[in-house]
Amino acid sequence: MTRLSNAFSKSHPALVCFVTAGDGDTAANLDALVEGGADVIELGMPFTDPMADGPAIQAANIRSLNAGTTTADVLRIARKFRDRHPDVPLVLMGYANPMIRRGPDWFANAAKEAGVDGVICVDIPPEEDDALGPQLRDAGIAPIRLATPTTDAKRLPQVLEGSSGFLYYVAVAGITGMQQAAIESIEANVSRIKQSTDIPVAVGFGVRTPEQAAEIAEVADGVVVGSALVELVGEHGADAPAKLRELTAGLAKAVHSAAKGAA
Amino acid sequence: MASTANTFRNQPDERGHFGDYGGRYVAETLMPLVLDLEREYRKAQADPEFQREFDDLLEHYVGRPSPLYHAERLTEALGGAQVWFKRDELNHTGAHKINNCIGQILLAIRMGKTRIIAETGAGQHGVATATVCARFGLPCVIYMGAEDVRRQSPNVFRMKLLGAEIVPVTSGRGTLKDAMNEGLRDWVANVEDTFYIIGTAAGPHPYPEMVRDFQSIIGKEARAQMLDRIGRLPDLAVACIGGGSNALGLFHPFLDDREVKLLGVEAAGHGLDGDEHAASLLGGFPGVLHGNKTYLLQDEDGQITEGHSISAGLDYPGIGPEHAWLKDTGRVEYTAVTDEEALEAFQLLCRTEGIIPALEPSHAIAAVAKRAKEMPKDSVILANLCGRGDKDIFTVAERLGVEM
Ligand SMILES: Cc1ncc(COP(=O)(O)O)c(C=O)c1O
Repeated sequence: MTRLSNAFSKSHPALVCFVTAGDGDTAANLDALVEGGADVIELGMPFTDPMADGPAIQAANIRSLNAGTTTADVLRIARKFRDRHPDVPLVLMGYANPMIRRGPDWFANAAKEAGVDGVICVDIPPEEDDALGPQLRDAGIAPIRLATPTTDAKRLPQVLEGSSGFLYYVAVAGITGMQQAAIESIEANVSRIKQSTDIPVAVGFGVRTPEQAAEIAEVADGVVVGSALVELVGEHGADAPAKLRELTAGLAKAVHSAAKGAA
Repeated sequence: MASTANTFRNQPDERGHFGDYGGRYVAETLMPLVLDLEREYRKAQADPEFQREFDDLLEHYVGRPSPLYHAERLTEALGGAQVWFKRDELNHTGAHKINNCIGQILLAIRMGKTRIIAETGAGQHGVATATVCARFGLPCVIYMGAEDVRRQSPNVFRMKLLGAEIVPVTSGRGTLKDAMNEGLRDWVANVEDTFYIIGTAAGPHPYPEMVRDFQSIIGKEARAQMLDRIGRLPDLAVACIGGGSNALGLFHPFLDDREVKLLGVEAAGHGLDGDEHAASLLGGFPGVLHGNKTYLLQDEDGQITEGHSISAGLDYPGIGPEHAWLKDTGRVEYTAVTDEEALEAFQLLCRTEGIIPALEPSHAIAAVAKRAKEMPKDSVILANLCGRGDKDIFTVAERLGVEM
C-alpha cells in the first residue's frame, strides 16, 4: 500500500486540498489543511504562465513568484511537510516547464527525495508522456493524469495507460475556479470512467462549498478543492491558516459522511 | 546535418515533432480539439476546392503574388551583394499575417466553427484576424496585453472598426504571452464553437506546420520569381523572427536548395549580454510553453522571462519549434540585431528606396546591410519585407526625439 492508495481506501471518500507553494506561510497553510481533515495534499508549483488556471490561482502563482519562490523552495516545503506528516500523501501539481527544466530525471529524483507521492503535470498529455512519465514511474512517483468532459471513450484508455495514484476528473471544460458542472453530468462521466479502471477517481474544478463537495462525494472516490482555499490565502495572508482549517473541516465533514461507493 | 530522407522539408513527424521540438503539450481538455484540428487540416489539404478558395482569396483579396523588387539604390548604398525584396508589406492589411489568417478562417468555416479568437502583440495579427472575420461575417475576440492596447492604439481602433471585440489582458505581466495564455483559456472554456487562429508558427501541433504551410506562399512565389527574373536562386535569404512565421514562409521552399544560405534575424533589443532582448534561439534554452517544446527565454527554474524589443511584433519569449530544429541541424543560421541597428536600417530603407518598413523587417534589413557589404557584387540576397511601417511611425518618432 502506498500513501495515496491508503488515502483512497479509507471507509469514506477522500478530500483533496490544493494550495500554491510559496503563497503565504505554506507550512502553516498545509498543516491547517491536514488538521481540518484533508486526506490528500496537492501542492501547486508556481509558474509564470498557468494556462489552465483561472484568476484565483493565477494570482496565487504571481504572489508566490513575486515573493521569490524557487523550485528548491517548493521541494523544501514538500520535504518538511513529509517530516511533519509521514502518512499524508502529497502531490505536486504544475506545468511542464518548471518540472523538466533541469531534466526529467533530476525532477523525478528530487521529488522522490522530498517525499512526494504523485505529480500532476497539466500540460503533458499522454501523447507527450516521454517528457516526464517514464522518469516519474522509475522513481516510484505516481503520474496522475487528468480526464475532462472532452475525453471521449476512444481516448480514455490512452489517458489511463501509465497513470496511477488517482485519476483527476476535471468536471468542466474550462479553467480552474469557474462554475461547477451539473451533478448529473459528473455522475455519468465518473461512472463511465470507473467502468474502465480500478484507479480511484477524484473530481475537481469549480467545487467551492461543503454542499457541492457532499454532492460529488456521493458519486466519486474523491473531491478536489483549490480556488476557494487559494482565495482565503490571498485574502487573509498570515491569518489564512485558521480560515483554511475552518473551510477544510466543513468540506471534510461533508465529504467524509458521503456514502462510499454510491457511484 | 542531413535529415533522414535527405530533405529538410519533411518535418514534422506524425506526432508533430520537429526532432526533439514541437509536439502537443496542452491540457487534456484541448487535446481532443487539436487532434480534431489535425484531422480536419489533413482533409482540407487533400481537397482541391480548399486550395482553390485559398488561392483565389490570396489573389483577389490579399493582392498576391506580391512583387519581387530589386532594391538598386539600397544595393548601391551598401556596395556589395544585390539586394532583392519580397514585398509582402504590400499585402492587404500591410503584413504577411493575412496569408495565414485566410487559410485558418477557411478551415474554421469548414469545421463549422462560429466564433473566432486570436492573440495579438503589436496588433498586426489582430488586425488581419479581425479583417478575415469581417470578410466572412464571424464574431471575433482579440486578446491583447493591456500594455500593448495602450501603446498600439491605432491598431486597436482598426480592429474595432472591423467589428472585433478587444479584450485587454491584465493577467500575468499583460504582454503578448499573457494574451496567448488568455486565448488558450478562452478556447478550453468554449470548445464546441470556437476556433483559435494562432498568429505565428508556434503552439501545439498542427499549428506550427499549418501556419508554415499557409505562409509558404511567400517562398514559393519568391523562388519562382527569382528564377524568372535572374535565372537563378539567391545566395542568401534573410527574414526577421518573432514567432517565426514569415521566416519559415520564406525559407521552407528553399530548405533543400543547399546552395541558398538562410539567415534568421532575432531581436537583440538592448543587446544579447543583458536580459533586455527577445532572442529565444540565441539567448534562450529549450523548454515547454504554449503547447510546444522549443527555445524559450526563461530563468534557471523554468520561469518564463519577458522579451524586449523596439518592435512589438518580435518581443515574444518563444519561437516556432521548426526554427529550434533548423538551428540544431545547422540548416539555418541565426543572428540578432539591436534596437539601434534596426532603427538605422528603418531610416536607410526609407531614404534609399522610398519604402517605410515595419520595425520587424527592419531587423532583417539591418542584417542584410551587414552581410551585403561582405559579399561580392554579383551575389544575390533575398529578404522578406514582411510588413509596412505605418503602425510604427509613433514609436520611431519617440525614439528619434521627434514630437508629432
Ligand atoms: C510585420 C511583422 N513582421 C514580423 C512579425 C513577427 O512574427 P513572425 O516571426 O511570426 O513572422 C510580426 C508580428 O506581429 C509582424 O507584424
